[in-house]
Amino acid sequence: MKNQSLDDKTLNELREIAGRYPEKRSGLLPMLHLVQSAQGKVTPEAIEACADILDISAAEVSGVATFYTMYKRHAVGDFHVGVCTNTLCAVMGGDAIFDRLKEHLDIGNDEVAEQRQGDQYSVSLEHVECNAACDYAPVVMVNWEFMDNQTPEGAVQMVEALRAGHDVRSTRGPRLCTWREAERVLAGFPDGRVDEGPAAGPASLAGLALARENGWKAPDVAAVPAVEAPKEGQADA
Amino acid sequence: MPDTLTPVLTDMWDVDRAWTLPAYEAKGGYQSLDKAFAMKQDDVIAAVKDSGLRGRGGAGFPTGMKWSFIPQDNPRPKYLVVNADESEPGTCKDIPLMMGNPHVLVEGVIVSSYAIRANKAFIYIRGEVLHVIRRVQAAVAEAYAAGHLGTNIHGSGYDLDVVVHAGAGAYICGEETALLEGLEGRRGQPRLRPPFPAVAGLYASPTVINNVESIASVPSIITNGAKWFASMGTEKSKGFGIFSLSGHVQKPGQYEAPLGITLRELLDLAGGIREGHDLKFWTPGGSSTPLLTAEHLDVPLDFEGVGAAGSMLGTRALQIFDETVCVVRAVLRWTEFYKHESCGKCTPCREGTWWLVQTLARLEKGQGTEADLDLLLDQCDNILGRSFCALGDGATSPISSSIQYFRDEYLAHLTHGGCPFDPARSTVFGSASTVEVSA
Amino acid sequence: MTTTPDKLTDLVNVTIDGIQVAVPKDTLVIRAAEQVGVQVPRFCDHPLLAPVGACRQCLVDVPDAGNGRGFPKPQASCTLPVAEGMVVNTQVTSPVADKAQQGVMEFLLINHPLDCPVCDKGGECPLQNQAMSNGRGDSRFAGNIKRTFPKPINLSPIVLLDRERCIVCQRCTRFADEIAGDPFIALVERGAEQQIGIADDAPFLSYFSGNVIQICPVGALTSEAYRFRSRPFDLVSSPAVAEHDACGSAIRVDHRRGKVMRRQSGDDPAVNEEWITDKDRFAFAYAHGDDRITYPQVRGTDGVLRPASWPEAFAVAARGLAAAMDANAGGGSGVGVLTGGRLTVEDAYAYSKLARVALGTNDIDFRSRPLSAEETAFLAQHVVLTAPGNGGVTYGDLESAAKVVLVGLEPEDEAGAIWLRLRKSVLAGGTEVIAVAPYTSRGLSKLSARLVPTVPGDEAAALADLGDDVDGGTVILVGERLATSPGALTAAADLAARSGARLAWVPRRAGDRGAIEAGCLPNLLPGGRPVADAGARVDIATAWGVDSLTETEGRDADGIVAALAAGELGGLLIAGVDPADTTDPAATRAAIKAAGFVVALDLRETEVTRAADVVLPVAPVTDKAGTFVNWEGRVRPFDAALRNPASLPEVRILAGIATELSSLGVGAPLGLRTVEQTRAEMAQLGPWDGERNASAAVDTAVEPVEATDGLVLSTWKQSIDNGRMQDGDKYLKATARTPVALLPQDVFDACGPTVTLTGDRGSVTLPAEVGDDLVAGVVWVPANSFGAGVLSDLASPGSRVRVEGGQG
Repeated sequence: MKNQSLDDKTLNELREIAGRYPEKRSGLLPMLHLVQSAQGKVTPEAIEACADILDISAAEVSGVATFYTMYKRHAVGDFHVGVCTNTLCAVMGGDAIFDRLKEHLDIGNDEVAEQRQGDQYSVSLEHVECNAACDYAPVVMVNWEFMDNQTPEGAVQMVEALRAGHDVRSTRGPRLCTWREAERVLAGFPDGRVDEGPAAGPASLAGLALARENGWKAPDVAAVPAVEAPKEGQADA
Repeated sequence: MPDTLTPVLTDMWDVDRAWTLPAYEAKGGYQSLDKAFAMKQDDVIAAVKDSGLRGRGGAGFPTGMKWSFIPQDNPRPKYLVVNADESEPGTCKDIPLMMGNPHVLVEGVIVSSYAIRANKAFIYIRGEVLHVIRRVQAAVAEAYAAGHLGTNIHGSGYDLDVVVHAGAGAYICGEETALLEGLEGRRGQPRLRPPFPAVAGLYASPTVINNVESIASVPSIITNGAKWFASMGTEKSKGFGIFSLSGHVQKPGQYEAPLGITLRELLDLAGGIREGHDLKFWTPGGSSTPLLTAEHLDVPLDFEGVGAAGSMLGTRALQIFDETVCVVRAVLRWTEFYKHESCGKCTPCREGTWWLVQTLARLEKGQGTEADLDLLLDQCDNILGRSFCALGDGATSPISSSIQYFRDEYLAHLTHGGCPFDPARSTVFGSASTVEVSA
Repeated sequence: MTTTPDKLTDLVNVTIDGIQVAVPKDTLVIRAAEQVGVQVPRFCDHPLLAPVGACRQCLVDVPDAGNGRGFPKPQASCTLPVAEGMVVNTQVTSPVADKAQQGVMEFLLINHPLDCPVCDKGGECPLQNQAMSNGRGDSRFAGNIKRTFPKPINLSPIVLLDRERCIVCQRCTRFADEIAGDPFIALVERGAEQQIGIADDAPFLSYFSGNVIQICPVGALTSEAYRFRSRPFDLVSSPAVAEHDACGSAIRVDHRRGKVMRRQSGDDPAVNEEWITDKDRFAFAYAHGDDRITYPQVRGTDGVLRPASWPEAFAVAARGLAAAMDANAGGGSGVGVLTGGRLTVEDAYAYSKLARVALGTNDIDFRSRPLSAEETAFLAQHVVLTAPGNGGVTYGDLESAAKVVLVGLEPEDEAGAIWLRLRKSVLAGGTEVIAVAPYTSRGLSKLSARLVPTVPGDEAAALADLGDDVDGGTVILVGERLATSPGALTAAADLAARSGARLAWVPRRAGDRGAIEAGCLPNLLPGGRPVADAGARVDIATAWGVDSLTETEGRDADGIVAALAAGELGGLLIAGVDPADTTDPAATRAAIKAAGFVVALDLRETEVTRAADVVLPVAPVTDKAGTFVNWEGRVRPFDAALRNPASLPEVRILAGIATELSSLGVGAPLGLRTVEQTRAEMAQLGPWDGERNASAAVDTAVEPVEATDGLVLSTWKQSIDNGRMQDGDKYLKATARTPVALLPQDVFDACGPTVTLTGDRGSVTLPAEVGDDLVAGVVWVPANSFGAGVLSDLASPGSRVRVEGGQG
């Protein structure tokens, strides 16, 4: 993948990010997201640019860029597939999914699959840690969108759809955008997809549905007994 | 006696376009603002104190007390930082909350910031949840447009700016001082305490850091009163909380209930363990809380009850594992996680997790001897309470507790010459997957 | 002045291992334990760095935090301050603390390579030592996989990193960030992969980088120059004083079989604390190069220098000098003495005495760089005899001053220990630095200095305008460069007098201040005695047993050069002077050529020794005892590190010449042959207690500079440059900053990235950069980083240069 050098628009946006904060160094994490959006990874040039804008050393930027796992020093695919292999997802099938994808894509962890003739997009694969969707295990993330309740075969079909350029939707989110587009949103530049997808997936609603069924609610304010009368006086004091 | 389930935060989730301002306002959203602005800031703090709300991020520190530690005679600006870095394995409540009902968080941020006299607040969301970040970004933008944020909010004279900040992949940033480092554009490594963030936090200024669910609970406390909140829950663990069931249950998902509910009750609601299987072990509050077993089904899930059972309530992340799951495999995987997420700052966590993984991996393969179990426990002893922060402590929880409850299973690996379990039996798609892979 | 806490009464009582001890408030437990004789093992802890509590090696048990309650878990004693009534049990009395420490040590060792036998640190390694004292004897890690990395990588040309050995205690990164302000090394990666790193193409270039090698508690950081060269237990360590600047930094010279292997920082809380510059640490090969002079030489009748015995050389020198003093012998009458800035005070005293008792002259000057009559008077009025204890400004004063004004001084380049102390105080929020300078240099920027933008030459006016900024809590540091700025030194003295601010003069060379004390000036005799004061002359004459001393003040260095060229002086005694450093290098070279007779004392062959009639080799600082007097006026004595009978201190050589002279009937013998005798005589003489030199007011009126074309030239020597005492240390030299010309933006825009500067002495072509806040009308170049230096190759002091774009 070619790295364009950072253009003036990006440099201005980097400065804009730094300006969101009382102290500009706070902008570094979103700034690194933005340079990934612009260049597909964190390049030495981008490290230098961030250091210049923030008046810190390139070594300090490098220390940050290598600490957080979302920052990549080599290119990832247009669609970066992260299979959760933390214990619960692994047990529920994440290990099998990851193995299946490695075999299917013929790559190891944190590698980009070959872009075959006719593929619209490239795909990369990584195993990820718990992504806070355990009630949908096993979970796969694609460009940090939830792909819930996956199976090995379903995951294979999904990556093939992605490579072919078909629209793929998050199971409780929007049409998937590319990794670079996603990084731009993480940098704080919305992409207009916020209203796609539902408010909640089915598992999220499990308890609520049950409550609705049974008429369970939080107590009525009027019905709360004034058991703690003495406290009232204290609160006034 | 409150109902079995008490949807408050989750109550919006089944509403059409629940994440939008009109939907939220139609359900009474942002009503707590005017009520709070009519109160003195200290009275807001007192109300939260009186409610008995304790931190929902795992540690359970009383929220109102945390706020009262902010030295108001300190001339520096005060900051509110929302810890939305939800990353503890098994924990999956804040993410659906922000996805489905981001405005309740924004409303909570406004009231909480008002109480501690902050004019700037930050919502630090882990970076790996793109759509959640979109929803919170949009909610903040809508709140600005509606005059709930910005200058002179609702004509109160109170000003507040909110910045949504995306993290970049580091479990350690859930630790509040590491989060501050990340928010300051540094490596997410925990800071020395004292000084505590309340005195010198973000930019060395007085800072309150609260979990998403804690902050989101504040509007209901202000609107409905401290007593209303305290009427739910148990004596020292007041209010409601989202319980996240995952794993081998019929209906995994989010169940918002008063604190003190038991796993037995929750399993009943969730349709029980998956068909034909039995509960083997579970985490009450994420992987950093010691494992419990079927003998703990009736432990009240509040801070005191779980503590008395030898574990911690944590984030109410109930990961349920049935008898098909090898505890050694589960524990090794968690330990690999802690090794991967150790920030590297202190020796016991950085080097200890490196060693623990190797020792466990050998045991899983049926290599080593029973003496290795004692070695493991001794390594844990040298990490627990010796590390810089709680990550190291957490890394030892699954190991120590699993050896406590399942020592024989470890030994079975040695006698069996490897893992006696078939991992395919644990998957949701069953052994069919094995066929699929080999096909 | 000391830095002892003001309130010694603010004591806290604690019990450590059953022993009660009272320590100052805020003392860390790890240091309180030292007070009862307990060494808690530690790695990340360093008394001069902010605590981090990272390595966890120093865990102790605290059963009572002073409030009756104990800590449930062992505490890191390096981050825990004492509290009244606190009870601490260390590994000595607490099995919990001991087990905690053993556990941490075991963790540190599991991934540590077993390469101690080939590790530079082996034998002086805190990890090795504490593993023996606080670790277990056997490994429980056998059969596991160690973390490995490719062996050492260069962090810079001089600092190498072996990541396998590193325990990521962060001492080095904290030093780089907190002390040096050069955070070009940082923690990178995470968890078990965490390591020290640099950014691509951005090496750890810091003037102070070598300190990280010394404070590394393992063998992770090594010196390219010293690697694999010696074992600590084969080294003999001799305390010494650094000879590269006027800071007087304490160093330790480590040598083996008569050869210096490395130099380390000494530990002197009053001076350089535990830090030295890279020049002090790495620049010592100059004394052992191929050009070292090892035997006396005299110029034969064939005009060629030939080896000679010491007695012959003394005799030939004496005859030549005697002839040069003789007005009847043709040519000029008299000998000038140029002593340079590298002498110990004892040797300087010998020159001073020789000039007066044997050569009968006050034509003596140590200043081998641009100077002025105003400066000569200033040194006698405001510098000589000031010292710690009599009101002289000290390092401690810099730390406690509310403001420090720097004029004609860039301390990071010119006085590293001053810079470090200023930065320490600035970071602690104690001191504001105000710099009267043409731009905010890197060193000034790291001091957060407030710039008073000043065109070189305009310092007097800038100082006069400081007004309200300066008061009794201010220290004014003036650099030797101010000699070339008319009226500036006078303005600084006036400002100090007017405001109550304290004033100190900071020269560049280690021997400068001592030379003033010893009387190597045309207007001063030893001990600050004014030549013009009859009482002072009687004092000295009596002590030296001579009838009288020359009454008139002598010529300064420029005057000596001019007099030699004009034939007014017949001879020259010259020691360690590089003509390229002088006001007018060409004139100095011509004067040496014109002189009837030249005696040169030097360590190495130079253009001066090649032109001399008698060449006498002198001992390097390692080979003799001596004393430097630093900028504070602090006396910094040292002993010889190496025994080298062939290497003579200058006092011994000058005694030989004086004896031969007196046998020719010229003057008196020196009466001194050894450093010890010299010290005794100086001590007996003592300081002058009379009036300070009230020499005639010097005309400091600023002549209106002719508004010629071009830019005013600003220049000073960078810490690492082409200085001859950095010869032979190629790794150090590779860390020098690339010479560039700094230009105002408009000039840069007009001329581009390569410029040719042309002054009254020549042209040079250099890469150019924009000096962000460089005052208009000024160009800055480093003084000795290209060619033979600015004074030889470009322009005379205070002159203007033309700037043109592109290749010249």
